[in-house]
Amino acid sequence: MTIEKPVIIGVGMIPVGEHWKLSLRDIAVEALLNAMDDAGVERVDSLYVGNMISGSFIEQENLGALIADWAGLGNVPAVKVEAACASGGAAVQEGAKAVMAGLEDVVAVVGVEKMTDAWPSDATRYLAYAADADWELFHGASFVALNALIMRHYMNTYGYTEEDLALFAVNAHANGAKNPYAMFKGPIKVETVLKSPYIADPLKLFDASPVCDGAAAVIITTQEKAKELGVPREKWVEVAGMGRAIDTINLANREDLLTLKAAKIAADRAYRMAGVEAKEVNFFEVHDAFTVMAALSLEALGVAKKGEGAKLAREGQIAVDANYPIQTMGGLKSRGHPVGATGVYQTVEAVLQLRGEAPEGIQVPNAEVGLTQNIGGTGSNITVNVFRRV
Amino acid sequence: MGKPMQVARHWRHFREKYALIGGKCENGHIFFPYRSVCPVCGSRNVKEYELNGKGKVISWTIVRNPPSGFEYYRPYPLALIQLEEGPVVLAQLTDVDPEEIHEGMEVEMVTRKLREFDEDGIILYGYKFRPVLK
Repeated sequence: MTIEKPVIIGVGMIPVGEHWKLSLRDIAVEALLNAMDDAGVERVDSLYVGNMISGSFIEQENLGALIADWAGLGNVPAVKVEAACASGGAAVQEGAKAVMAGLEDVVAVVGVEKMTDAWPSDATRYLAYAADADWELFHGASFVALNALIMRHYMNTYGYTEEDLALFAVNAHANGAKNPYAMFKGPIKVETVLKSPYIADPLKLFDASPVCDGAAAVIITTQEKAKELGVPREKWVEVAGMGRAIDTINLANREDLLTLKAAKIAADRAYRMAGVEAKEVNFFEVHDAFTVMAALSLEALGVAKKGEGAKLAREGQIAVDANYPIQTMGGLKSRGHPVGATGVYQTVEAVLQLRGEAPEGIQVPNAEVGLTQNIGGTGSNITVNVFRRV
Repeated sequence: MGKPMQVARHWRHFREKYALIGGKCENGHIFFPYRSVCPVCGSRNVKEYELNGKGKVISWTIVRNPPSGFEYYRPYPLALIQLEEGPVVLAQLTDVDPEEIHEGMEVEMVTRKLREFDEDGIILYGYKFRPVLK
């Protein structure tokens, strides 16, 4: 039995940043209504909310009810989907699965995170809740520190330098500078990264994505319903492939510290479902929460061989006009990483690329297929989605 | 934070954290921390196994911006340590000059204070690792 793939017919988002005047519900509702307007729909059958950790940041859970209520969706079913920083990518998948199952016709997915209401060191602690509380956070591990352990091991094992990894941040900022929705719109140089202070050696401030607020949303439906609603075909983007897998929650328990096994498994599934290979994908929105994660992701996605992810940056192969464009709208580093919203931002960005609506200077020419990869934990919960122009 | 429930939450792990008790399954797989299902083969026939606390540093970092509650020792070194019996463990390094830390450095387990809560709260102790005394 072949099940028809669902299509995304509307996208919406707010600029990522420090939104002191706006609350979680404000930004979630705004992104959601933007997506509904873009699709031209006035009602949806259900809502899936991608969010990592609102309970800790703003003492608010039950986001399904909160956002559906305040967006005026009526008494629809609405739930929060949580997979740490991969919550957004997972929420998109849950929405798409409901449509594919034929249970819901028009589904809304919103990813949202409000992080700037917390004191910075508290934010650091909340983010570490994605790690193993008893065996990692107990020992004083911040999330940055865990990634720093991976970064040093990667550099030592393959002989890369801090300069090599800085190139991922430079590429992200070069693209984000042209994205009006990005948090940081200033291009940077390798020196900018190298001169930034160490947070957890060898990881520096500019190897890391920022704490910020953001919300993004998509509307998913069947091709039949899209036709019925009169959404022009140029706007449709197919959810062609989806994959998701976990790995050990505790980094120390990994079989191999330098392989994102969950990403590998998730990508294999997503490629198979979409019927494409890595070389047919025109751009990759990977989870560069830290520069080393971009390198490991390229390896797990089959774009680079093991140990050669950082080589692609060094060879200039990751720019928008190169062979393997990544972070075309700035990635987590420059667009920003409102954790539970990130996977939905990636989805919105992939849709804009595939519609040919990306901002000038960062449109991937003739993009047919795009991939998003969203990492939760230190690689412990990963989603990969493949999107295709209809 | 210093509520009685907090005591129970940490008390239940005291043995593992004071004596480095992991697990060994019927097929000989050794792991840390202890769990009831072997993470390698899925066997449910698992017994406690005390690790000897000696190992080598695989990777390390200096935590300069700790999670709130861990400010006291800032900055502190944190490392992944491969134990002699095989498992890898995450722990802070202690009694060491950060400049001297290197890949392959031989370390041994000691028991140290990790965290204090409010005035009426508990004090958490657990394993840290220090360079092997020669």
